[in-house]
Amino acid sequence: MAQIFHKSFNSISKASIVAGGLVAATLLTLVATANTSAWITAVGEAREQTPPFSHKHHVAGLGIDCRYCHTTVEEAGFAGIPATKTCMTCHSQVWTDAPILEPVRESFRTDKPLEWLRVHDLPDFVYFDHSIHVAKGVGCSTCHGQVDQMPLMWKENTLNMAWCLSCHRDPAQFVRPKDKVFDMTWTPPANQREQGEALMQEYHITSKTNCGVCHR
Amino acid sequence: MRALFLTVFACAFAAAGCRQDMHDQPKLRGMRGSAFFADGRGVRPIVPGTVARGHLNEDELLHTGKVDGKLADVFPFEITRSDLERGKERYEIYCTPCHDRTGTGNGMIVQRGMKRPPSYHIQRLRDQPPGYFFDVMTNGFGAMYDYSDRIKPEDRWRIAAYIRVLQLSQNGTLADVPPAERTVLEKEQAQ
Repeated sequence: MAQIFHKSFNSISKASIVAGGLVAATLLTLVATANTSAWITAVGEAREQTPPFSHKHHVAGLGIDCRYCHTTVEEAGFAGIPATKTCMTCHSQVWTDAPILEPVRESFRTDKPLEWLRVHDLPDFVYFDHSIHVAKGVGCSTCHGQVDQMPLMWKENTLNMAWCLSCHRDPAQFVRPKDKVFDMTWTPPANQREQGEALMQEYHITSKTNCGVCHR
Repeated sequence: MRALFLTVFACAFAAAGCRQDMHDQPKLRGMRGSAFFADGRGVRPIVPGTVARGHLNEDELLHTGKVDGKLADVFPFEITRSDLERGKERYEIYCTPCHDRTGTGNGMIVQRGMKRPPSYHIQRLRDQPPGYFFDVMTNGFGAMYDYSDRIKPEDRWRIAAYIRVLQLSQNGTLADVPPAERTVLEKEQAQ
């Protein structure tokens, strides 16, 4: 009986084992890289909005506190997107005929909310609460970056699970004094390790990595 | 060939499973839009006349700043140092954009074209009872919108108390300063 396979198949089969492994590894690396790249996570990508709201102008330029608009950040899970009335508190008097603000005036006239596009959109199976983070000394800029320097809002961090865990495993890296939570310019001092650990004691913070903390 | 086929098959299989159903569940979260309601809002407007549990607001003084329909000259609770500090914090969030940190009414938004509010330090406002400031925050005044949906009643009272602090600070005399501090000031003045 003739042989089904030519003799060279001995070499080809051995090579294919190695090649198969390589292809699989390459593909996995590609997927993993793509998944954490800005292409998928949209980190650093300024999001167009109507109207084109500038945090830079309102926060750095005018000195308005985060909480003037995000009124529920200290007491609720959701920081809150301001009602059109909040915009009109000033814009009924300032820039009243600017065409760029017509969507705001129209929303106010017709009682139809402005439709902002989400910049930070967690998957629906993730539970997140702003109030507890703010109350325990996790500052706005730790997660959101220097929002006061963003003309259009972008995502500063991936918000993926590994990123959340990097702090939940070791909060001392990022915890700051409570009176600095809304300070956009705060950066960890040289002795952040000691200070962070001291603040964790003072604020009763423990590392929380149980699944149920975020997936509830 | 087989390895390639398997890889392609595995990729196709993985891609077919790649749906975002768990990421985007058909539930409502804070202020998310909804295709279900005609106006597109997930956050439903409150039906007129609705009273949330604990929000009957029966306490006339606490919620309207009035006693028997007249602006109150008292606070609904005792004002402590921590209330004043909370009042300062809330004042600096919500009021400084127009009224500025000392209350003279030259805040950044005023400098950009907002109608200038009166200074807290004019005699008319120094003579007003705290209920007046509470009433203005609750119902608005002139070009100023109301802040009743942004600041809780207790915090409005704390802000009213802090406005009193500002008024005192801008109209104080050396005699108001405790003796220990006064000597420090006098020493500084002498230099």
